[in-house]
Amino acid sequence: MTEKPVNQKAWFLILPVLVCVAFSAILPLMTVVNYSVQDIISPDRRVFVGTEWFAAVMRDQDLHAALWNQLKFSGAVLLVQIPLGIALALAMPASGWKASATLVLVALSLLIPWNVVGTIWQIFARTDIGLMGATLERMGVDYSYTGNATHAWLTVLLMDVWHWTPLVALLAYAGLRSIPDAYYQAARIDGASKFAVFRYIQLPKMRGVLMIAVLLRFMDSFMIYTEPFVLTGGGPGNATTFLSQYLTQKAVGQFDLGPAAAFSLIYFFIILLFCFVLYNWMLRLGQAEKEGGQS
Amino acid sequence: MAKIQLDLAHSYKPDPKVDGDYALLPLKMTFEDGGAYALLGPSGCGKTTMLNIMSGLVVPSHGTVLFDGQDMTRATPQQRNIAQVFQFPVIYDTMTVAENLAFPLKNRKVPADQIKQRVGQIAEMLEMSHQLGMGAAGLSADQKQKISLGRGLVRPDVSAVLFDEPLTVIDPHLKWQLRRKLKQIHHELKLTLIYVTHDQVEALTFADQVVVMTRGKVVQIGTPEALFDRPAHTFVGHFIGSPGMNFLPVTVRGDVLEIAGARLPTDAGRHLPDGVLTLGIRPEYLELGAPDAPGAVSVRVLQVQDIGTYWLVSCDASGVPLKLRLAPDVAPPAVGETVGLQLLGENTCFYQNEELLP
Repeated sequence: MTEKPVNQKAWFLILPVLVCVAFSAILPLMTVVNYSVQDIISPDRRVFVGTEWFAAVMRDQDLHAALWNQLKFSGAVLLVQIPLGIALALAMPASGWKASATLVLVALSLLIPWNVVGTIWQIFARTDIGLMGATLERMGVDYSYTGNATHAWLTVLLMDVWHWTPLVALLAYAGLRSIPDAYYQAARIDGASKFAVFRYIQLPKMRGVLMIAVLLRFMDSFMIYTEPFVLTGGGPGNATTFLSQYLTQKAVGQFDLGPAAAFSLIYFFIILLFCFVLYNWMLRLGQAEKEGGQS
Repeated sequence: MAKIQLDLAHSYKPDPKVDGDYALLPLKMTFEDGGAYALLGPSGCGKTTMLNIMSGLVVPSHGTVLFDGQDMTRATPQQRNIAQVFQFPVIYDTMTVAENLAFPLKNRKVPADQIKQRVGQIAEMLEMSHQLGMGAAGLSADQKQKISLGRGLVRPDVSAVLFDEPLTVIDPHLKWQLRRKLKQIHHELKLTLIYVTHDQVEALTFADQVVVMTRGKVVQIGTPEALFDRPAHTFVGHFIGSPGMNFLPVTVRGDVLEIAGARLPTDAGRHLPDGVLTLGIRPEYLELGAPDAPGAVSVRVLQVQDIGTYWLVSCDASGVPLKLRLAPDVAPPAVGETVGLQLLGENTCFYQNEELLP
């Protein structure tokens, strides 16, 4: 065995990265931490308040409502978009010009800026001139995304499904295309049904990309802001006020920097925690299957 | 189990015109029930296409496939009741080894106790009994390929089991073992086995009948001995054997043969047509002699290599390269020496337009 050479000067090589990360992430984050423990009365008058803001934010009823709303929304997003995306990917043609055409069509909604998506749906859902709103009205549904809380919530969900399911579909499609032909041939030889092919070949082979899809969709939906802001402005009442909008109201609208900073940190940790749990759960799921019954 | 008759041609192009457009040129052949066959040929010769046509993964563009006299040309693999093992291991990641082996039976609604018994049998044959409960995804490549083999063999009532170069990913020492296993399984189960390979050793040790293919054409079907002693086509002579058969141009005029500058009398018992023919002789059947011996063709020794179990001698016969295999106890000739070779004997074959003359 040869000794590994020790070169402490090599630490200097990571200095540029450290500086970049410090300015882009660590310093802004620390500013927020700084705000969260102080009461800033005016630029030159500030008081250290400890964890007071955190305690106040935790007791905030509006925050609880927003968090609950957010959890329901993200859960619904995952429940709808993941199966729908997989179904879309399965239905997409595998090769030829049709495949290219479908890919472009499917990806189209991903290319639209978020506030434009909100505007599109604002018009689309109008009961006087909007295609969806007017159609529902004609069918006898008393539809109003500005007046009915359930309608507003469902419209926001539908908008998100329209906007982001293609991402899941594209990821799942990439996963499907990477399965070698021999698997399908072997399944035919083994007499596997269509469902068995999906359950035992396609789904396991898509696990990696689906994991990414779940994480991306969870994080994005948990931070959703622009589209509901444009579409409903958070209303009616607080029906479509999600966490980030609540935060913006606090920080920018009411200029409550202390509570907003405290809540930002809590928000950050909630996302971190959820991603950590989801990621580990899915990883565990994969490993359990690999080791299946070995114990 | 079934007798498989092929009378077909296949082209992946829509409107084949010249021979090169065909993946399989028109052919007619029969695989007898219970036989062990090998399809042997270089990459791209059409052997996998032929296999996929038999299994039903590919429908031939022309002609028919008969199973026991019944037209199965358009039948699915399931209707044909075929098992096939692919070049690279295909396993179901989320299942255990036992579940993998049981999958083809389960899909066919075989009763659970029969499945259990059969899976146990196959696992024992493949020496995987101790791994039955393990997840299949975590196994090594050759273990996975053993599962693939097992899935191919697990159904007792299949028409035939087709192997598409199944041992490519397997370690050499395990290759021998598995090949022996397959042979043993063939004897025990009396299944029709058809084995595609580009490895002549694999083909010759596995099969009773070897089908040699090149460029979409079947050039010879025969036992390993026949392929070695009487190659029906120069390609077979060249492809089988290590090194392959020696070929030299000869000119026949009446009963005089001209080979590499030497004029020899034609063999009295053999009638050869006048003109330019190709003489073929295996390196194993050439023996050294004096250059001035009667009937000898003199050649110059270019290179002598020690291959371990034999000497490989490369010679030059008036511009035509020749190779000899000499037993290790024979003293090899020196490089540059001129020696005599007896080219006409009972193991000499003559070819006209690449086809063997009787």
